[in-house]
Amino acid sequence: MSRNSPVALWRRFLALPNDSRTKTLGVAFLVSLVAAIAVSTTSVALKSRQEAHVQAAREAKLAAMVATLPGLADVMRETGAQSLQTVIVAMDTGQIDPTKDAATFDFLTAQSDVTQSKPLAASDDPAKIGQRPNLAPVYILRGTEGLALVVLPVYGTGYQSTIRAYLALHGDLTTIAALSIYEQGETPGLGARITDPAWQALWSGKRTLDDQGEVTITVVRGAASTPTQVDGITGATRSTTGVTNLVQFWLGDLGYGPFLARLKAEEF
Amino acid sequence: MRKSNLHHLTAPLIDNNPVTLQMLGICSALAVTTALDTALIMGLALLTVLATASTLISMIRAHLPSSIRLVVQITIIASLVIVTDQVLRAFAFEISQRLSVFVGLIVTNCIVLGRAESFAMHNPVWPSFLDGVGNGLGYGLILMIVAAIRELLGAGALFGVTVMPLAAEGGWFEPLGFMLLAPSAFFIIGVLIWVIRTRRPAQVEPNDFPIILQVGEEKS
Repeated sequence: MSRNSPVALWRRFLALPNDSRTKTLGVAFLVSLVAAIAVSTTSVALKSRQEAHVQAAREAKLAAMVATLPGLADVMRETGAQSLQTVIVAMDTGQIDPTKDAATFDFLTAQSDVTQSKPLAASDDPAKIGQRPNLAPVYILRGTEGLALVVLPVYGTGYQSTIRAYLALHGDLTTIAALSIYEQGETPGLGARITDPAWQALWSGKRTLDDQGEVTITVVRGAASTPTQVDGITGATRSTTGVTNLVQFWLGDLGYGPFLARLKAEEF
Repeated sequence: MRKSNLHHLTAPLIDNNPVTLQMLGICSALAVTTALDTALIMGLALLTVLATASTLISMIRAHLPSSIRLVVQITIIASLVIVTDQVLRAFAFEISQRLSVFVGLIVTNCIVLGRAESFAMHNPVWPSFLDGVGNGLGYGLILMIVAAIRELLGAGALFGVTVMPLAAEGGWFEPLGFMLLAPSAFFIIGVLIWVIRTRRPAQVEPNDFPIILQVGEEKS
């Protein structure tokens, strides 16, 4: 066996004194390499399984939120509607894109795929999402008196994680019916309290626009004093600000604003 | 299995229990013991990480430079914890949601690093594996006992199956809400320690700070 064969090199490496610099660096490198391979292999191999669970949890959350909305059960009974109608909206124009099948549209992929999204300048991006998908799904429920409910999927960056939620608007499109946060990774016990049902319930009945028609819905410190304010949570300032920013962004011109304007003008 | 090896497996159950004798892993023992199913999964997760970490560290112990010893141990433990957490998320999603951060916090669980540093670094692979399994079982055993008491008295159920029908649902049992709060686990662990040390006085620690009367001080 030659002196430089891999086996011989490995034997010489093992024979080095433990405190030599080569061996210290070598052991550190090898342990890190094995650990990195193990972690990334598991992560990649199990990703699809985990996402299926998250997907199921998201759908259950949407169904649960719809079920708790006041009066929604009545609307559904009156209209005979069994579920929400899903449409795919082109964000730039606000038009419904009839060529897309809502059942197969992958909103999650569209959020990170550069070919399906538009980069945002930092000044236009209060929700800190970097890029905005060109298409987004919207859930609509119509009652006997026209539009009853519009559910918008929204997301943005909080203190340390991406916060994902459903924002439900009443038929007038300016009153919030519910906000339901279904995914976040904020600090447990502090920012994670944005998932507290009691706090999310505060959003119901709030108005998204002020008298001038500007999107001013915001979370304030302490108690809310106007219909466009929501009480803050002590210790969760950065996370609740994140929620404010993402709600304002998605209701604004770069978000669902153009679609809501068309919906209000009863174009659809 | 030789008798001395078997000892590594059985000693940590009661005689050298990581929770009741060494007072390690108390934080997670408070957090995950409101129900038996979360306690069981947490115990299994810790057992897996502990047994694998002890085995791996024992395997490479002869070639571990002492200057980076702890870093390497933590790297191995942390990787195992991440893998365990990922597996739980994929195959036991609902429970992993309820365990939230506590599986990830196994990294900081002193039992794992303690066994790696004090046992696996100085012993062959097979005894290290047994020691890891034994300590994992010892931790799991205490978790299960605490969880059984808390779930039974706090929710009238075991593994989610109603044993004592709750008064709120038309039964007769008025649950002890206190059992669902973390402090109750402190009291239960305290009582367990008292019982074990009464039966095994060898576990009683010497008084490090006895009150000694000074010369000339009067006894009152």
